[in-house]
Amino acid sequence: MSLDKATVARIARLARIRVSEEEQDSLAGELNQIMTWIEQLNEVKTEGVEPMVSVGAIKLPMRDDVVSDGGYPEKVLANAPDGKDGFFTVPKVVE
Amino acid sequence: MATVNEERLMDGKTGKWEIVIGLEVHAQVTSNSKLFSGAATAFGAEPNSQVSLVDAAMPGMLPVINKYCVEQAVRTGLGLEAQINLVSVFDRKNYFYPDLPQGYQISQFTQPIVGKGKLTIDLADGTSREIGITRLHLEQDAGKSIHDLHPKMTMIDLNRSGVALMEIVSEPDMRSAEEAGAYVKKLRSILRYLGTCDGNMEEGSLRADVNVSVRKPGERFGTRCEIKNVNSIRFVQQAVEAEARRQIDLIEEGGEVKQQTRLFDPTRGETRPMRSKEEAHDYRYFPDPDLLPLELDPTWVENIKQGLPELPDVKKARFVSDYGLSPYDAGVLSADMASAAFYETVAKGRDPKIASNWLTGELFAVLNKQNLTIEQSPVSAGALGGLIDLIADNTISGRIAKDVFAEMVETGKLAKDIVAAKGLQQITDTGPIEAAADQIIASSPDNVAKYKAGNEKLIGWFVGQVMKATGGKANPGVVNEILKKKLSA
Amino acid sequence: MADLTTLTLAAARDGIKAKTFSATELTQAHLKAVEQTRALNAFITETPELALKQAAASDAKLAKGEAGALEGLPLGIKDLFCTEGVRTTAASKILSNFVPQYESTITAKLLKAGAVTVGKTNLDEFAMGSSNMTSHFGAVENPWRRAGDNRPLVPGGSSGGSAAAVAARSCLGATGTDTGGSIRQPAAFCGIVGIKPTYGRCSRWGVVAFASSLDQAGPFARTVQDCAILLREMSGFDPKDSTSANIPVPDFEAALTGDIRGLKIGIPKEYRMEGMSAEIDALWQKGIAMLKDAGAEAVEVSLPHTKYALPCYYILAPAEASSNLARYDGVRFGLRAPGSSIEELYENTRAEGFGKEVRRRILIGTYVLSAGYYDAYYRKAQRVRALIAQDFETAFQKVDAILTPTAPSAAFAMGEKSDDPIAMYLNDVFTVTTNLAGLPGISVPAGLSAEGLPLGLQLIGKTFDEAGLLKIAGVLEKQVAFTATPDLGGRA
Repeated sequence: MSLDKATVARIARLARIRVSEEEQDSLAGELNQIMTWIEQLNEVKTEGVEPMVSVGAIKLPMRDDVVSDGGYPEKVLANAPDGKDGFFTVPKVVE
Repeated sequence: MATVNEERLMDGKTGKWEIVIGLEVHAQVTSNSKLFSGAATAFGAEPNSQVSLVDAAMPGMLPVINKYCVEQAVRTGLGLEAQINLVSVFDRKNYFYPDLPQGYQISQFTQPIVGKGKLTIDLADGTSREIGITRLHLEQDAGKSIHDLHPKMTMIDLNRSGVALMEIVSEPDMRSAEEAGAYVKKLRSILRYLGTCDGNMEEGSLRADVNVSVRKPGERFGTRCEIKNVNSIRFVQQAVEAEARRQIDLIEEGGEVKQQTRLFDPTRGETRPMRSKEEAHDYRYFPDPDLLPLELDPTWVENIKQGLPELPDVKKARFVSDYGLSPYDAGVLSADMASAAFYETVAKGRDPKIASNWLTGELFAVLNKQNLTIEQSPVSAGALGGLIDLIADNTISGRIAKDVFAEMVETGKLAKDIVAAKGLQQITDTGPIEAAADQIIASSPDNVAKYKAGNEKLIGWFVGQVMKATGGKANPGVVNEILKKKLSA
Repeated sequence: MADLTTLTLAAARDGIKAKTFSATELTQAHLKAVEQTRALNAFITETPELALKQAAASDAKLAKGEAGALEGLPLGIKDLFCTEGVRTTAASKILSNFVPQYESTITAKLLKAGAVTVGKTNLDEFAMGSSNMTSHFGAVENPWRRAGDNRPLVPGGSSGGSAAAVAARSCLGATGTDTGGSIRQPAAFCGIVGIKPTYGRCSRWGVVAFASSLDQAGPFARTVQDCAILLREMSGFDPKDSTSANIPVPDFEAALTGDIRGLKIGIPKEYRMEGMSAEIDALWQKGIAMLKDAGAEAVEVSLPHTKYALPCYYILAPAEASSNLARYDGVRFGLRAPGSSIEELYENTRAEGFGKEVRRRILIGTYVLSAGYYDAYYRKAQRVRALIAQDFETAFQKVDAILTPTAPSAAFAMGEKSDDPIAMYLNDVFTVTTNLAGLPGISVPAGLSAEGLPLGLQLIGKTFDEAGLLKIAGVLEKQVAFTATPDLGGRA
């Protein structure tokens, strides 16, 4: 599986990370090297092996339906880069 | 669908087209707190005031699931006669949007909590159809992006972020706008019966993504478009019509339908592509490592099942069989739990058909006119029953009863008090009726002659005159009897 | 008064209780050390005022006889733990201005036990690295140097700042997190003890996430006993973390009986890797001999899928990270790089805010989860992970613990290995397996390399058997009798 420049551009876009043209080239090389190394996993026979999702042998805990949190907009907005009138803001989005 | 119902086809220049509709309904789970955080869910709060650090996706924050939301999903699944999956998995659906704080939505992808089920829709022609439910899963709602508060900025309110939604996906089983509307109506009715979603479409508690494609009858499915976030039953129907029409016109002009996410614009009555969704999706679903698989105890599920209320379809069937109502009236009365309960209170110990007529006729007309719910009815079930009792025991006639009812609506007084105060009791004493009859006969020799010559239909005219003379209070049966006797004498 | 920074945490605890010195005196001594070793760059944020305030509060509590288990003891906090009102950066530019409005469960527990926090320690950006070279706030220098060589060495990573600070005696202990070896490898490189407990033992709430199914917090200290004391305070069920285990926390310190007679210690044959240095092998053999001397029995075990642990990890960890780091988008907190549209804002913020290694891992993670590759990479890796966990399960049917080297080498110089990501990744070859299997692992200093650098041995325990693990580690520590200390020379 060769990871080319176009693929780098595609995944960089998916990950919302700007990657310049030059970087795309060098990244394609680096990522390819890593992916090639990773592909030794193909040597492992895994037929019939259940994928391991988590290590916990515990059951998913559930909480009761009570309002126990929130009510502190000032905390929520404390680190906002551009908070206004109790809102977070971003450049206008067109739907 | 094996058979094509000709009446539901849509005309095009090249012939008739079949519309294929599937719906993904997002129903907000009725709960006090959010799916994975303890913040409140109430509608209309100050911006970002019902947001926990978890909902704002602050670094290091972790989700903990709300047991009641799980219960509500199970209850809904049971109400849709669906398979409950005792093990289900929460996945992350990864995409960037400013009102999606985590950069992913916690949802269920490959292993939803509820599998296949079904729902029966009722159509205006009195027929019913079964629509398949593909699945129901639990997921987080996103926050709200407000685009019109600032000229250059979109404002983000995360109050909705993390609110529990049930996404209920139907099979592509619907074939007309009416069916799509009926589906949402029935689904909302079931959700309200179950108490799992308030069904309030104006507040966004229930919204539908409508998948529409068209094809020539018998052909394979066409390419579908998804119309996002349609928030009323009327709009669902209009959106189906508009989108089907657009697709038919496009194809007939030699074009091709592109798979697309669109928005319905109710003021223009048309759909348009969503700009933000133009890019190809790659959601990179994977199991959320912050949550373990959700395992349900079968006994717990069984207990929920035992506690389910009687659902609209069962209630409707019972109204038909026990009360002898028409399927249409039974459907109307069972559409929501409060109306059904109101009806059963009125019908108890009374003629069920008369009770039904009073509800579907007089009462619902008043409620519609005054834009009231059955819970807000100015006439209680007991009061309406009292009125019907006065008709049944011949205290008042049906005609007088309508006037009494109008006054009950207006004043909130009881029927018997209105009747007593106004002296509206029916005249059953034959004396005054005979006197009135004699007077009419004496003053209408022509009609008497015609009647005697064989025009027996004129009896109606005589009855009417006597009723008029007695201020409507005479018992029409008694009037009829007396007149016949006198005219044939 | 003797230099209070030479005390172990246990000795300092006892000294404070005996009123030999005050919490304030102890804290001042450590704050001075923080200052004197500032050149190591072990701290991103020093919090001397806060520390002195906490120490004063401790002294007041001590005077009233209300001391907690860690009353007045100065600790370093890895800057991945969110601390209320104290900037928390994850060593990333993207969080360089982030001040949490909340306290992580673990630091809250430590504070409640009376701990004094001298500062937030440096780390690899978002804990991604094995050298502490990827920090936006600069590399951390290992307090140790090779004999006759002045080149600065890395402290290991990702918890390099914590390890360096403890080794340099700027604090009695420190918190770390370990996703693939980030506690144990730096502990080995810096000649101290570090334990990664069982997954689920310590709450992850409030700890900036790297890879949620692998991340686990744990303590660093200079002795096994000190680690046992800290671990007890850090452990425990947290209803805010759905993966937290609701099981009792034993008194780990009391478990250090020194008696390991009859215990079976597994020696995994697959860990004797091709190209393993003779020095590391010799250290390992020495460790085996020491445990035998103490009455344990060495048993060969097989962990056949060991070789695949790293590639497996480099699918799972970046995949989870790519999703966990999506929240750093410039909208609600942290860095925002301007952009004329939301898309530009995202792309600029994340390109500018994340360093090279973090970007690389996000891209790998995005790739392995993307349409068409998910089954081939992610699902495959999850299956291999299951096999690795199974290997351990089988091995632990015959043994009580497993002994391995902690890292394939001693600390390397800054700049070495940095242009070859895979060479860097191989640092975690002995440690990453326990993260995949969720097992506890501890690194204990076991000797010095020919160049005079500390080397560590790792003990791996059964699930939630930290008590047993610490007991064996304590015996190993006693047998090794590691007394070497870094010569801070002109740097202190």
